[in-house]
Amino acid sequence: MSNEKQHSVLFTNRLSVGYSGSSSDVVVASDISIELKKSQLVGLIGINGSGKSTLLRTIAGLQEPLSGTIEIAGKSITNYTPDILAQSLSVVLTGQAISKNLTVLELVALGRQPYTNWLGTLTDNDKSIIKYALEATETLEFKDRKCYELSDGQLQRVLIARALAQDTQLILLDEPMTHLDLHHKASILQLLKSIAHEQGKTVLFSTHDIEYALQLCDKVVVMQEGLARFDTPQQLIEDGVIDGLFPSKTVLFDRESIRFSIDK
Amino acid sequence: MVCFLANLSLGSVAIPIKDVFASLTGGEVSKSSWEFIISDYRLPKAITAIITGAGLAVSGLLMQTLFRNPLAGPFVLGISSGASFGVALYILGGTALGISAGVLGGKWGLIASASLGSFGVLLIVLAVASRIRDTMALLIIGLMVGSLTSAVVSILAYFSKAEELQRYVFWSFGSLGDLSWQGVSILTICFTVGILISIFCLKSLNAFLLGDAYAKTLGIKHSRARLLIIIATSLLAGSITAFAGPIAFVGLAVPHLVRQVIPTSNHIILLPSVILGGAILMLVCDTIAQIPHSEFTLPINAITAIVGAPVVIWLLVRKKKLMF
Repeated sequence: MSNEKQHSVLFTNRLSVGYSGSSSDVVVASDISIELKKSQLVGLIGINGSGKSTLLRTIAGLQEPLSGTIEIAGKSITNYTPDILAQSLSVVLTGQAISKNLTVLELVALGRQPYTNWLGTLTDNDKSIIKYALEATETLEFKDRKCYELSDGQLQRVLIARALAQDTQLILLDEPMTHLDLHHKASILQLLKSIAHEQGKTVLFSTHDIEYALQLCDKVVVMQEGLARFDTPQQLIEDGVIDGLFPSKTVLFDRESIRFSIDK
Repeated sequence: MVCFLANLSLGSVAIPIKDVFASLTGGEVSKSSWEFIISDYRLPKAITAIITGAGLAVSGLLMQTLFRNPLAGPFVLGISSGASFGVALYILGGTALGISAGVLGGKWGLIASASLGSFGVLLIVLAVASRIRDTMALLIIGLMVGSLTSAVVSILAYFSKAEELQRYVFWSFGSLGDLSWQGVSILTICFTVGILISIFCLKSLNAFLLGDAYAKTLGIKHSRARLLIIIATSLLAGSITAFAGPIAFVGLAVPHLVRQVIPTSNHIILLPSVILGGAILMLVCDTIAQIPHSEFTLPINAITAIVGAPVVIWLLVRKKKLMF
């Protein structure tokens, strides 16, 4: 195995994602080949329905790939048992019917499930990791509050804390900044950046905030017309991939300032 | 414990607590008839009440977590209707279908048919649940399956003999008092197995609080855990319904009452609390049903609904919303 390959946390080769129907498969996106390394913050962008969520769900093992391979830490995910996969990959999803009656601490503690015994008993090591996850996401101060008492931004931080408590090399987030105002968007992004760059995790998140993703991410996956481009933000801008993201009649992209503007 | 003793003591014949104690511990009892009442009628009934309350409350808790819906419970999701259907087929189906009902004689036939009925309905609800993500739609489907089975029961009733019909109607009133010691031991076995499976599922239950997707990414063997929870529920609700009749509201109301007292969602704490809460509520309901110092015993099903329904309404009004 080459040295290059050893460092890849997530590797997909000609991956095709979608839904397998009874008569024929519905392909949402195909030919996705990406390689994510340690300490990388990677954005996943594309218009609605381009397959961002489908890709994340497929990588997370929540749905089967139509074709192609997914490797995590150099091993195909088909070779992982559910609990070992849970120790390698954690997710933050939106729109899940989670029990809002959970306290913040209880919710974050659930992240330790892949490591605990059959009753889910927390060891001192588990407790210190939970405390660390709460501190890193600045949620320690309201750890005893119920989830229904939290604002959207706070809940998002708590869900990220849960993923951190799961202590995995790879963290996938599905639109972690939706429904948040500018300030909270920025703080979540900064949190993700520090998780990647300071704690050495690999973070892959989907977002509609393309401008921020281009500014902050090390690499970006652009999903467009059933295909995926994977490169550095700079290269994607130079290649004109971002310009073609939206119909030029409605939205214009300025390469210099990395800004979109509405065509008047 | 207090409820347990009060339940033993009160009834059409009031027996002093002192004599209840004496009877339980094998001491001298003032009247020999009292000892007979205690050991052969009230004690099995009290134990049945405890098992019924605890078991239904646990199955309610399991359903509310599995479906992530505060309205879920053995009654609402049609599991009890399924059990009724099974029992109706067993008692009434003989004449209607032209087969002798006595093939599977005794309590085991009744319990098997009720368990199969509730398991069948749960499987239907779950098969639909895997296709439909909307939990409200699922509840409506549970109610529809419930009406469907009761419609079939009506048709069966129309064609069956009067004495069979009477047997079914009395079963459907719900009663804790008809059980012999043999019946109590069968019920205890089913209850113990159901509770053991639930204990085995505690960790998965906590993961299910986050939803199916999160539970899967936490390494839970999702379909196995779901099946185990359903087996536990149908075993508990099915066996209890078979022996004690379709008892309403306990399964739905007790988990909510317990959550008011104990502010946690952790099933390791919730499960024993719900068992205790269900047992206490059922003992109280049964004590009311047997109306101290009177000749009458009211159908237990009526009492649980009279006690349970206002509690749920009161909770809704006070909290504005129910949470699971």
